[in-house]
Amino acid sequence: MTATEAYSRPNAAPEDRYYTYAYLDEQTKRMIRRAILKALAIPGYQVPFGSREMPVPYGWGTGGIQLTAAIIGPEDVYKCIDQGADDTTNAVSIRRFFATVADVATTEDTGEATIIQSRHRIPEQPLADGQIMVFQVPQPEPLRGLEPRETETRAMHAYGEYGLQYVSLYENISAYGRIAATAGYPVMIDERYLMSPSPIPKFDNPKMHMNPAILLFGAGREKRIYAVPPFTRVRSLDFEDYPFETQSWDEVCALCGANDSYLDEVVLDDQGQHMFVCSDSHYCADRRAKGHAGPMAGHALAHIETEIAAEEA
Amino acid sequence: MNAPLNLAELRPGFFEPVRDSQSVFRALLTATAQPGTQVELGKALTPPVGLNQTAAAVLLTLADQDTLVWLEPSLRGGAVESWLRFHTSCPLTERAEEAAFAVVSDTALAPQPLSAFNQGDAKYPDLATTVLVMVQNLETGGKLVLEGPGIETVAEIAPQGVPDFFWSERAELVAHFQFGIDVMLCAEATLVSIPRTTRIQIKGE
Repeated sequence: MTATEAYSRPNAAPEDRYYTYAYLDEQTKRMIRRAILKALAIPGYQVPFGSREMPVPYGWGTGGIQLTAAIIGPEDVYKCIDQGADDTTNAVSIRRFFATVADVATTEDTGEATIIQSRHRIPEQPLADGQIMVFQVPQPEPLRGLEPRETETRAMHAYGEYGLQYVSLYENISAYGRIAATAGYPVMIDERYLMSPSPIPKFDNPKMHMNPAILLFGAGREKRIYAVPPFTRVRSLDFEDYPFETQSWDEVCALCGANDSYLDEVVLDDQGQHMFVCSDSHYCADRRAKGHAGPMAGHALAHIETEIAAEEA
Repeated sequence: MNAPLNLAELRPGFFEPVRDSQSVFRALLTATAQPGTQVELGKALTPPVGLNQTAAAVLLTLADQDTLVWLEPSLRGGAVESWLRFHTSCPLTERAEEAAFAVVSDTALAPQPLSAFNQGDAKYPDLATTVLVMVQNLETGGKLVLEGPGIETVAEIAPQGVPDFFWSERAELVAHFQFGIDVMLCAEATLVSIPRTTRIQIKGE
C-alpha cells in the first residue's frame, strides 16, 4: 500500500482499503457528478448516465447507491431508510456498505444526517438546509405507463406536451370518482418538467414543494438521474374540481399516538387483529422516547428495533 | 491540439485526487443547488498562469477523456493546455458549439460569446456547455439580484469585471429554457454557480 492510499482512507480497516473510496472508480464518479450538476440545472429533467453494475441486484437501490457513492465524503453522516424504516434488510445492508467503503458515520437520526438515502419515503421530520435526500427510483419516467416508447416520452418532455397525463387522471376520475394514484403521484417541477417523485406515497408530495434540502433521484436499471434543487416549486397534478389530496387515517399510531404521520397497517394474527404504526421508524421511536404513547403502547413490536440496534452495535 | 506536452514547468494537480475532487464536487453541488451562494474551493492548488484556483479545481474535478474542453484563444498552446491535458486527459476543441466545458476570463468576453456555445438539444438539454468565467472577485462589481429555483427569496452577488452585455445576452437565453448555458463564476478561491434557470436583474453599483 502506498502512502497516498493510506491518506485516502485514514479511518478504514486495512482489508477495507482494497476497495477504492466509496466503491466506484473515479471516472464513474466524475460522470455521475456531471450528470448531477446538469440535473440541478434543469430541474425535473431526466439526465441519462452510464449506470454501473453494483454489488446488489437492480431494484435494490443501485441508482441511489451510485448517487450516494458519487457525493459522499468521510465527514458525512449517512442515514438509509426503506419505506421509512431504518431497520429493514435493504436499509441495514446499504448503510453497512457505506460504513465499510466510505468510512462514514451512520445514524438513524433524521436531523443528524447529512445524506439520507431513501426507498420510497421522505422522513416526517422536516429536512434542513444542507441536507441531501437520495431517492432510489425503479421507473423514472412518469409517462411510461401511458406511452411505452422512450423516443415518444422524450419528445413529450422536450415540448412540454403532458396532455396524455391529464387524460389519464381524468379517466381515473371517471372510473373511480377520484384520482386513484396513491404512490408515485406525478408532479410538475418549476412548472416545466413532469416528474415521477419515485413511488413515495402522495402523502409525501407536499414535502417536496419549496423544500430546503437537495433532492436527488437515481434509477440504476433505467440509467437516469434527476433532481429538485432546494426552494423549487413542486406541484402535484390535479383539477380545479378535483384538487390534490393526501391520504389520511381515522386511526393514530398505535405505539406513539402520532396523528400527523404516514401509517402502515400491520396484521397481527389470523383473527383480524391489526394495528397502525408510523412508517417512519425514527420519528416513532423519537416520539416514544419523549413520552408519547398510543393505544397499544408497550406492544411487543415496539421493542424489535431496539433489539436490532443492540445487535448491530 | 496535439502539440507535445511541455512537462518542464508542469504545476501539480490535486494532492490527493480522490478526497480533493470529492470535496470540490460537494462545494459545486451546494453552489449549483443554491445559485448565488459563494463556496470556497481549490485553495491548496497552484494552477498554471492563466487559470485561477477555482477554475482549475473545477476542471480537475469534472473534466476527463469524455469531455471536450474549449479554452479561450490566449490559453491555448501554453502552460494551461499542457497542465489540463496532463492532469485530466481531456480532449480540447476550438469549436465552441461542441464544448462540454469552456474556460474564459472576464477580459476575454466579447459580445455574442454565450450563444456560440452549445445550448443543448430539445430532447437532451443536458448536452449544453458549462462555461467557467474567471472573474477578479464576487464582491466589488455591479450588484446583481438572482431569483429562481434554489433561491428562497433573492440572492445577491457583485462580480467584478463581467461586462453588462454578458448578462443581457444570458437573459435572452434564459427565456429559452430548457435550452441554455450553465455558468460558473470563478474568482480566486470562491465560486458562484449560475445555472440556466436563474433569472438575473442588474441593480448597478
